[in-house]
Amino acid sequence: MIWNDDFETLPREAIESLQLKRLQQTVEKVYAAVPFYRDSFDKAGIKPADVKSLKDLQRLPFTLKQDMRDSYPYGLFAVPLEQIVRIHASSGTTGKPTVVGYSRRDIENWTELMARSFVAAGTHHGDIIHNAYGYGLFTGGLGAHYGAERVGASVIPMSGGNTKKQLMIMQDFGSTVLTCTPSYSLYLAEVAAEEGIDIRKLKLKVGILGAEPWSEHMRQEIEAKLNIKAIDIYGLSEILGPGVGIECIEAQNGLHIWEDHFIPEIINPETGEVLPDGEKGELVITTITKEGIPLIRYRTRDITRLIKEPCVCGRTHARIERLSGRSDDMLIIRGVNVFPSQIESVLFNIDGVEPHYQLIVERDGKLDTLEVQVEVNEQTFSDEIKVLQGLSNRIRKDIKDLLGVTCKVRLVEPKTITRSEGKAKRVIDNRPKES
Amino acid sequence: MKVEQISIFIENKSGRLAEVTGVLGENGINIRALSLADTSDFGILRLIVDDSKKALKVLKEQQFTVSITHVIGVAVSDTPGGLTTILRILDNNNVNVEYMYAFVERSGDNAVIIFRFDDVDEAITALTDNGIKILPSQRITSI
Repeated sequence: MIWNDDFETLPREAIESLQLKRLQQTVEKVYAAVPFYRDSFDKAGIKPADVKSLKDLQRLPFTLKQDMRDSYPYGLFAVPLEQIVRIHASSGTTGKPTVVGYSRRDIENWTELMARSFVAAGTHHGDIIHNAYGYGLFTGGLGAHYGAERVGASVIPMSGGNTKKQLMIMQDFGSTVLTCTPSYSLYLAEVAAEEGIDIRKLKLKVGILGAEPWSEHMRQEIEAKLNIKAIDIYGLSEILGPGVGIECIEAQNGLHIWEDHFIPEIINPETGEVLPDGEKGELVITTITKEGIPLIRYRTRDITRLIKEPCVCGRTHARIERLSGRSDDMLIIRGVNVFPSQIESVLFNIDGVEPHYQLIVERDGKLDTLEVQVEVNEQTFSDEIKVLQGLSNRIRKDIKDLLGVTCKVRLVEPKTITRSEGKAKRVIDNRPKES
Repeated sequence: MKVEQISIFIENKSGRLAEVTGVLGENGINIRALSLADTSDFGILRLIVDDSKKALKVLKEQQFTVSITHVIGVAVSDTPGGLTTILRILDNNNVNVEYMYAFVERSGDNAVIIFRFDDVDEAITALTDNGIKILPSQRITSI
């Protein structure tokens, strides 16, 4: 099923001409209304009128997360505050959060894109959507909420936390669709098992999961443990919130980016040059319909590649491959690039090992050390030391083989690695910051 | 003849052992024998208690990783060389000992050795064929 046939199946040429028209309008607008863009365009020696083709986008300067922090809170807004009807902010784990403002039309577009996303994920009028994304400054809760209502589904505005109550409501209200982070869906399954609830027998059929990178292995585990289709959704508050892109339930192979609202590019994160279609690199997004806070070539730090081949679902919008990590999540351990998702895939390939892990990075003298903490469970526990040591040796060897990095594996007691009700915290980096 | 032994995974953190014995004590479970095997990061606590089913249940409820292993107990005269006879028999019959630990009975005449074998049944046959008496489970859990 497709929510908006007219736009979702536009021929490629029509998408591109629409993109060019909207890009030109956006560039005109930010140059006129946002001092940051006027300065950065001037420095790059480019005027809005120079954007004559989509290829000219490559001449425009990037926008970084730091640029948003520097203009905290409203510096990048392109319309007067009285036209802003909603303000969200991203979790500022370090320093100030990044603030985004939405005009009435922005909210309308967001709702439309989330409606498209829900339908692409196999959700319909008549579904009961259990929305466990956090409501509040975080865009997840409200973003999903409005889209779900637009589709005509019944939304349960659960927000995050209070897991036992979530399970009770899920059982009693007959939730059919779960929206939350992938790690929280596994936590729900774990608590259900403890409570003696067979979560596989509930009415849930689809999980629309996002807000953190997750592997294909984790998808298989979620699908098996909850007996649902696990659909990957992509979004970031700077660009919109959830609903920038989504997998279609027909293919579950790459996330369609709504190209009538965004222009995706893939760049080499070191040099900034645009890579040919199909190559892996950092995703850069330009918004072409946003009014509140339009962003030109925003560097998402997410690593993926673009797929422009047609999809079996009939949508013509380009897909991004499932994220393989974030360029700023990447750890450099003794010169080796390590993504937490790679460690996760090693663990998934060992029978019985659960994906509850944490990476602790320290500096011992001049040397980085990586400790991988993995929970022991009933399946992997043995009464014999040699079997447990065999398990940690196997994990260490597989990580060394795959990533080329030596680590220490520490087996820890079950449920001692903190479960997250939002985004999972996988890495604790205790190395002193470079000055 | 086989005795149910409780094995518990314990991280090397201070106070962890006391938490296990605390849970057992609060539930009126008495420890008969114990041994602790440890590495730099974790240990395995092996216990023989008077009610292994209950111990398993209450420890699981407290989120410990627990399993039941079958071991056997053999009485050895508490005199020099007492253990050697048994180990020779096992060796001659190619029975592999995974681990063992010992304690002395209250009466003081015998030491009791708890053995964990790769193959318990094979070990039982080898020992009984050579006239070694395996202690009934009841005898050990009620020491």
